[in-house]
Amino acid sequence: MGECYINGIANISAQPTTDADRFLEEIISHKTSIFKAHDPNYKEFIKPAAMRRMSKSVKMGVTAASIALNNSGVEMPDAIITGTGMGCKQDSEKFLEKILYDDEQFLTPTLFIQSTHNTVGGQVALGLGCKAYNLTYVQGAASFESSLIDAQLMLLEEPEKNILVGGIDEVAKNSTLLHKLDGQIKEDDIDVINLLNSKTGGTVHSEGATFMMLGSKKTDTSHAKIVDIETISKASSEEAEKHIEAFLDRKGISIKDVDAVILGNNGDIDYDHYYRNLQDSLFSETEQLCYKHLIGDYPVASSFGFWLGCKIFEKNTVPDILKVNSTTAKKYDTVLLYNQYLGKNHSIALLQRC
Amino acid sequence: MAELQEELKEKIIEQLSLEDVEVSEIGDDDPLFGDGLGLDSIDALELIVLLEKDYGIKLKDPKEGKAIFESINVMADYISKHRTK
Repeated sequence: MGECYINGIANISAQPTTDADRFLEEIISHKTSIFKAHDPNYKEFIKPAAMRRMSKSVKMGVTAASIALNNSGVEMPDAIITGTGMGCKQDSEKFLEKILYDDEQFLTPTLFIQSTHNTVGGQVALGLGCKAYNLTYVQGAASFESSLIDAQLMLLEEPEKNILVGGIDEVAKNSTLLHKLDGQIKEDDIDVINLLNSKTGGTVHSEGATFMMLGSKKTDTSHAKIVDIETISKASSEEAEKHIEAFLDRKGISIKDVDAVILGNNGDIDYDHYYRNLQDSLFSETEQLCYKHLIGDYPVASSFGFWLGCKIFEKNTVPDILKVNSTTAKKYDTVLLYNQYLGKNHSIALLQRC
Repeated sequence: MAELQEELKEKIIEQLSLEDVEVSEIGDDDPLFGDGLGLDSIDALELIVLLEKDYGIKLKDPKEGKAIFESINVMADYISKHRTK
């Protein structure tokens, strides 16, 4: 594949992550199994007239896109590609409630317009006046990575393009609670900071947005190089391990070349063995980092890993709160990301300092 | 009529999510669209639904809304003459 650089990046999560100068210096302790993102001052980024109709995911997405654009110095992207697992759940719920309560009468346009999965991509484009390629991928926990793969393919064919790629998911009153009924969310509230030591099934859910400006050329604002990304729909832990080995082998990277591995452990006793297997075998001597005890899980939570990788390259250090083993890397030049959810939608990504 | 005007202002603020606008800030003769309250075409559709749902007024031609939604006074006058609930 061709070159792919992250030339601008922004993240909104359940931790304060929008201040470019800070790197998880202040940690918010969440105590519930469902919690919301830490809101920046959206009014700094969105006009009040536009914001009044926006649900949380639209506000997060438009703001993160705006910061990433500013960060990259690119005024107008040549494509906007977004990923979301569940789309605009809040407005979808309100729309369905209105259908129920008003006996399928008096349906208003705003909720309908904003209840689709591609609402955020559309709103970012409308705000910029961008009429270029605009696509949204809905692929469970690999939604963000699917949008990245599309961007990579586009850069391969049209290397001069600047592509805005984003991942967005939000918490909603009823549909998030449904995941408690099916066991995806832990039954009882927990101290989320201790999530990784949990001995029960399910995880904690939250929300967030990450946007990145990708280009095929390294610029003054480049944060990292994306060496490659791979997604696998379904795999056992043994198969996932083999996929990772083969992935690294194809890139000519040995396990020892990986300075740190960023894993998506989410405290679900039924599925964290995917990560523990890697922690005890392939990466037993590699610095291991986790993040879902800070930001919770949601379909595009893995996009936080890309933000982490960029921050690690920028600051050349790792906050202790992320470390889950005693190994400390001598340098941070190559970082591997691995994530899965319920044994499905595995993603592997390799980032390098540039 | 004054009561209906106040009611309309409250409904418009709620229905159109005008979180930063107070009832007292909307003048009875202020234009609702353009330079006044700054409403747009999506708001017009929301107001058409509001008329039908809360006052039983069904506009046959959405273009009628342009004149009806000129200001709170004009709207209140039209509603008082045509309401069925």
